[in-house]
Amino acid sequence: MANLTINGKTINVDVEDDTPLLWAIRENVGLTGTKYGCGIAQCGACTVHVDGVAMRSCGVTVSEAAGKQITTIEGLASNGALHKVQQAWVANDVPQCGYCQSGMIMAVAALLKEKPKPTDQDIDEAITNICRCGTFQQVREAIHAAASA
Amino acid sequence: MNQHVMPKLNRRAFVIGTAAAGAGLSLGLDLPFGGPTVVRAADGSPEVNAWVVIRPDDTVVIRIARSEMGQGTLTGLAQLVAEELECDWSKVVTEYPTPGQSVARKRAWGDFSTGGSRGIRSSQDYVRKGGATARMMLVQAAANEWKVPASECTASNSVITHTPSGKTTTYGKVVEAAAKLEPPADVKLKDPKDWKIAGKGLKRLDTVDKTTGAMIYGADVKLPGMLNAAIKDCPVFGGKLKSYDEAKITGMKGVKNVVKVGDSAVAVVADTWWHAKTALEALPIEWDEGENAKVSSESIAKWLAEGLDNAQPAYIGNQNGDAKAAIASAAKKVEAVYNYPYQNHVTMEPLNATALYTADKCEVWCGTQNGEAAFAATLEASGLPAEKCEVHKLMLGGGFGRRGMTDYVRQAVLIAKQMPGTPVKLLWSREEDMAHGKYHPVTQCKLTGAFDADNNLTALHVRLSGQSILFSVRPAALENGKDPAAFQGLNATGEAAIGYSVPNLLVEHSMRNPHVPPGFWRGVNVNHNAIYLECFMDELANAVGQDPLEFRRKLMSKHPKHLAVLNAVADKIGWGKPAPQGIHRGIAQVMGYGSYVAGAAEISVTDGSKIKVHRIVASTDPGYVVNPAQVERQIAGSFVYGLSALFYGGCTVKDGKIEQTNFDTYDSMRIAAMPKVECVMVPSGGFWGGVGEPTIGVAAPAVLNAYYAATGKRIRSVPLKDQNITFA
Repeated sequence: MANLTINGKTINVDVEDDTPLLWAIRENVGLTGTKYGCGIAQCGACTVHVDGVAMRSCGVTVSEAAGKQITTIEGLASNGALHKVQQAWVANDVPQCGYCQSGMIMAVAALLKEKPKPTDQDIDEAITNICRCGTFQQVREAIHAAASA
Repeated sequence: MNQHVMPKLNRRAFVIGTAAAGAGLSLGLDLPFGGPTVVRAADGSPEVNAWVVIRPDDTVVIRIARSEMGQGTLTGLAQLVAEELECDWSKVVTEYPTPGQSVARKRAWGDFSTGGSRGIRSSQDYVRKGGATARMMLVQAAANEWKVPASECTASNSVITHTPSGKTTTYGKVVEAAAKLEPPADVKLKDPKDWKIAGKGLKRLDTVDKTTGAMIYGADVKLPGMLNAAIKDCPVFGGKLKSYDEAKITGMKGVKNVVKVGDSAVAVVADTWWHAKTALEALPIEWDEGENAKVSSESIAKWLAEGLDNAQPAYIGNQNGDAKAAIASAAKKVEAVYNYPYQNHVTMEPLNATALYTADKCEVWCGTQNGEAAFAATLEASGLPAEKCEVHKLMLGGGFGRRGMTDYVRQAVLIAKQMPGTPVKLLWSREEDMAHGKYHPVTQCKLTGAFDADNNLTALHVRLSGQSILFSVRPAALENGKDPAAFQGLNATGEAAIGYSVPNLLVEHSMRNPHVPPGFWRGVNVNHNAIYLECFMDELANAVGQDPLEFRRKLMSKHPKHLAVLNAVADKIGWGKPAPQGIHRGIAQVMGYGSYVAGAAEISVTDGSKIKVHRIVASTDPGYVVNPAQVERQIAGSFVYGLSALFYGGCTVKDGKIEQTNFDTYDSMRIAAMPKVECVMVPSGGFWGGVGEPTIGVAAPAVLNAYYAATGKRIRSVPLKDQNITFA
């Protein structure tokens, strides 16, 4: 049992304390935009914000996340307007299959909060998400576009 | 998901054999382009024909049979239909017809199979005709209403104009009348030079939902009362399930059922997938691993190496002159042995399918590259006839060939069949995906080149030894035992033809099929064949002290299209001009999937083991380019996939099992390692080639040849991680 605050709403989820946040979000809360890719905090498809920090939700337990502000891809837009990263993603036609993109976008949104004008090197260091389709070129362009938006 | 919901069509059901649906070949195409009976979509809007539905508000619904897995086919095919339809692109939406509906309508939408870079090239003709036919019927309907000849009317942007009077109407207003007309017999397609919608780098139609988390992939399906299943198949391929101790996990939270799946797998069904997976890991399982448990990468390599011996039998794929004799009498001989390992597709979305079985119906929801094959698997596993089965296709979180197979669909149905009335979603763990891939086949290759006294290449002998995909996946496609696909990129003619003329040439394949199941992996046999040939071309050039590009050019005068793309990348990368300090170049070309492609790389190497890729230039001639922005993305993506395999890939076998278990042991490129890919598209027209795969063939050899230029060291084995070489 844990109280999770997700996208501004507090939800009581009936799960074991060691349940990965990823699965509580997907299966108990029912928000499926956060994706399972590896379960070992490698690929980044499950990236969410925990108190504003990008984290791989498969590697965080619900007991660790309880009481913290959790933002998922569904909570990134505000007042009906897409987040500037999402807008840049649409403008640059970034996704291919799209499965890794929720996590990629969450990682980028956190990066821009910390470094509003990231250099290519900042991007290389901060964005370690796997994309098997290989959208990296568009990801980089869209990050710079979002940074200057 | 709503856009993918289709009506229950009141048509007579066609019962077909599962084999026919799976092969997708035996029924032939019978494409209905309209007719007097109006067929309606779910919302009541009339079909003009199978491809085009128009709503009263002028929304144009374009049906797409091929699957979207990121490659952009959904958008590209819609562009081709819209081009001929002359509709307003801003009003276009797409939907998938279901395989069940297609079977019931005599395969109205043709082949659903989405692989072999065929999505556009194999359906462009009939989807364009579908668009053109619909346009002609809409124009005719307007002409009839105005009582004027159709020849006096034109259509553009979903508006029909009677030129002499200036009267106008829209598609939405005349669609009811148009849907009742007989389709025209003669349909003339536009010359691609007149394209306005096709040929343009339009934005994809499926982007927004992929940025908000709203896109529903197979793994995201939710059905009322649905349970979740985790599965473990015998880790030794070909082994069987002996027993499991259910009592050990029955009390675990959420566990509802433990079921045998076929004769080799066991699944735990629970309220959530996390509970199912946790319980499955706690389940004691005994396997009957069988003889294959003795197989290792070493034993496979030894067996394949024996196949490199000319005394062993081999199938001939391409030959002219007498290569063996020319080599025997050569002034100079060069020989090298290469190898390429198993690779897993590792689609970002692990494999999954949701099935609901009742006594009189079986429905499946899944991402699949071949809706008809998934449908056939559903029939076979459920034991129900075609009219009682249906497959609902969802967005694929990557395919790369893996989702053309239907093992996961069959498993989901076999589980659901044991729990009638309860929808069950089967999701593979990443570990299961790594253990039960349909792997890029393992091969070795011995290449021998011969020169005369003037350093002219007189003979080339390419002797492949290794696994055949078709032997395992599509045995009916073998030709007297020979796998014709094994020679991809090395054939004399056709869609994967060699680009060099050598006076004496012999290309042969000693087929050896280990127990590890092979599959079509993006690029398929082009991946290794292009490394073998293109790296060896560099070796030959080096042996006679010639520039690798010039050496190739001399052999390519009879292959102008191969040469054109090679020249295009050479020009773009500045071949022949000095490279910046510390930068070295490599080049490669190949033909596959009907397209001519070439690539060049600029790299620097630190300490002989840290590679930084600074530039990649790629060129393609696919005949026609339907969406240049998407072609560019496919080319760039193919390099990421190809270089990931080169640097980090390789699945090894120990005790009959695959050793790699997840991304920590089978890594994939990150953004830091990937430079921009500079694309040069040189579509020459007159043929339709594929895009998703061909350029992957040149990714590895371009970098390997650059590595040789940088270090003088020739790498003949993949992956580079095994030689302690990695990205800088």
